[in-house]
Amino acid sequence: MTETTKMNIIQAVNLAMADAMEADPKVLALGEEVADKQEGGVVGVTKGLSSRFGTDRVKSTPISEQAIIGAAIGAAVGGYKPVAEIMLMNFMAVCMDMITNHAAKLRFMSGGQTGVPIVIRTMTGAGFGTGGQHCDYTEAWFAHTAGLKVVAPSNPDDAYGLMRAAIDDPDPVIFIENIPSYWTPGEVTKQVVPIGKAKVVREGTDVTIIGHSLMITHALSVAEELAKDGVSVEIIDLRTISPWDKETVLASVAKTGRAIVVHEAVRQFGIGAEIAATITEELFTTLKAPVKRLGAAFSAVPFSKPLETAFAPQPAVIAEAARVLAKA
Amino acid sequence: MSNYPKPDAATLLEIYRKAALIKINDERIIKQMTAGRLVMPYYSVRGQEIIPSSISVSLDDDDYICTIYRGIHDMIAKGFPLGEMWAELAGRATGTCKGKGGPMHLTCPSKGMMVTTGIVGSSMPIAVGLGWAAQLDGKSRVSVANFGDGAANIGAFHESLNMAALFKLPVIFVCQNNRYAEHTSFADSTLIDRISVRAAGYGMPGVTVDGNDPEEMYGAARVAIERARAGEGPTLIEAMTYRFNGHVIGDAGKYMDKAEYAAAQEADPVPRFRSRLIADGIATEEQLAAIEAEHAAAVDEAVAAALAAPWPDEAELKRDVFAEEIA
Repeated sequence: MTETTKMNIIQAVNLAMADAMEADPKVLALGEEVADKQEGGVVGVTKGLSSRFGTDRVKSTPISEQAIIGAAIGAAVGGYKPVAEIMLMNFMAVCMDMITNHAAKLRFMSGGQTGVPIVIRTMTGAGFGTGGQHCDYTEAWFAHTAGLKVVAPSNPDDAYGLMRAAIDDPDPVIFIENIPSYWTPGEVTKQVVPIGKAKVVREGTDVTIIGHSLMITHALSVAEELAKDGVSVEIIDLRTISPWDKETVLASVAKTGRAIVVHEAVRQFGIGAEIAATITEELFTTLKAPVKRLGAAFSAVPFSKPLETAFAPQPAVIAEAARVLAKA
Repeated sequence: MSNYPKPDAATLLEIYRKAALIKINDERIIKQMTAGRLVMPYYSVRGQEIIPSSISVSLDDDDYICTIYRGIHDMIAKGFPLGEMWAELAGRATGTCKGKGGPMHLTCPSKGMMVTTGIVGSSMPIAVGLGWAAQLDGKSRVSVANFGDGAANIGAFHESLNMAALFKLPVIFVCQNNRYAEHTSFADSTLIDRISVRAAGYGMPGVTVDGNDPEEMYGAARVAIERARAGEGPTLIEAMTYRFNGHVIGDAGKYMDKAEYAAAQEADPVPRFRSRLIADGIATEEQLAAIEAEHAAAVDEAVAAALAAPWPDEAELKRDVFAEEIA
């Protein structure tokens, strides 16, 4: 039996960073408020790191997203492994040039002479009334860019394991933390979770639900509810959005013949489109119904509570889609 | 500036050696493009040769530089191998980036040339990070960020100078003010007459020098580099110069002031420096001619080898996207 410790995602990411920094003096951290003088980040993910490893390695920065990612890229090209924090995913828009034109491309454009082993931590997720510029899911921007890897843990164990893998990875990794999931505790095994490997988190035979982050929490509750009605749901937690685990997804859908891809990002041109298209290309003749895509409304994230609730896929919407699909 | 350290005769000759190579190389590129043997976007560096030549004599291979699309002079001055450079310009498999980067992304880590960017202003944030790496290494290494006057109006300039100053990073910001940001003159984009005054706003020294004067350029760079090596933080150097061609080869530069252009050509910094070396008795006509002939032969050899080299294999599209090849 693997020994486990109960903790939440904040603690799991913190522990993974601390363990990585302890193991390798080249691992660094930077971002707005990440040092202890500024309370170790707005929710405390990096709390204690600067006190333990020093402010040469753990740097609170000005509100300068371009310089934060530029500094991370430069330090990486200079032989270090920085974990940069861009506080909120919407703020990634401020430094997209550094991420997509530089971090993603330097390895290719230099013919492999340089690489950018950075991790960009960022948090997001609707539910706290933060409106249109503080809680978007923009993973598709990054998944669409060659040279970037994108991961999104749904639980503390994966948060630890994916962070260790992301820091060890020789390429830039976008690490997405879901705000509403932050405080949910879970058992942490401290095992590295390989990038590119999805996980079947619940086995079933009628419908496969594919997703990441908070949508997995939703899917698990939906599966419990549908089981009572005799609908058997299989759930795949992608864990890595890019490069995504086609093998695991296709094996599951080949078995169930029905698939729902769900994400909190807007549905239009979302990662669900890529996954649904691939399933259709590969498994057209075995599908019992068209692949269903669920995503947020094609709008900015609204403020008003009823609108915010209606914006992103809620468990009831996922359940209804699964019921309809199961009958097909 | 009279109190700047002065280059000795050997250093001056070394500066000329670099500047002459940059000039000859630039002329050969344009010649090959005109002949249709080289097809690429080229941002000529003619007129700006003295700046990196005078800086790089105070740099080692271990020191980092980041530059921009108009940056081949920075590369040559830092010692970029000509053969690999020309093969890259020609898009060949033997290029330094296997033909995958091209003229705007020349990279040579063994000589400290870590990043060349095609995005205005983006050399600076990355040079800040290299400065952080240099500071952590604790080996007195410095990081030089090259950029143009146009880039001084981009947000990355502000963020980078502030962060470098705040963390006392060993970064030298070299603004090569060639008076034109693409088609827009300096006066049409910036109300102040000196970008260097902005340094005060970030708490670092800022100087404007004649970038076409090797002694002044050498002196200012030397002071900034020594300050950075001593752990005293960054400096902004604004090196005044002039772009002898349009923004990119093919742009006739009709928007450039004719009188100003003629005056700049008249004061071409490389032949002017050459005459001075002879007049001051630092070198003879024969010595300089020999250097130039040597350069011309080296460039011609690199050109011939590059144009005869194989194209990259299509499989390269799957390589270097990630460290691990895409299946």
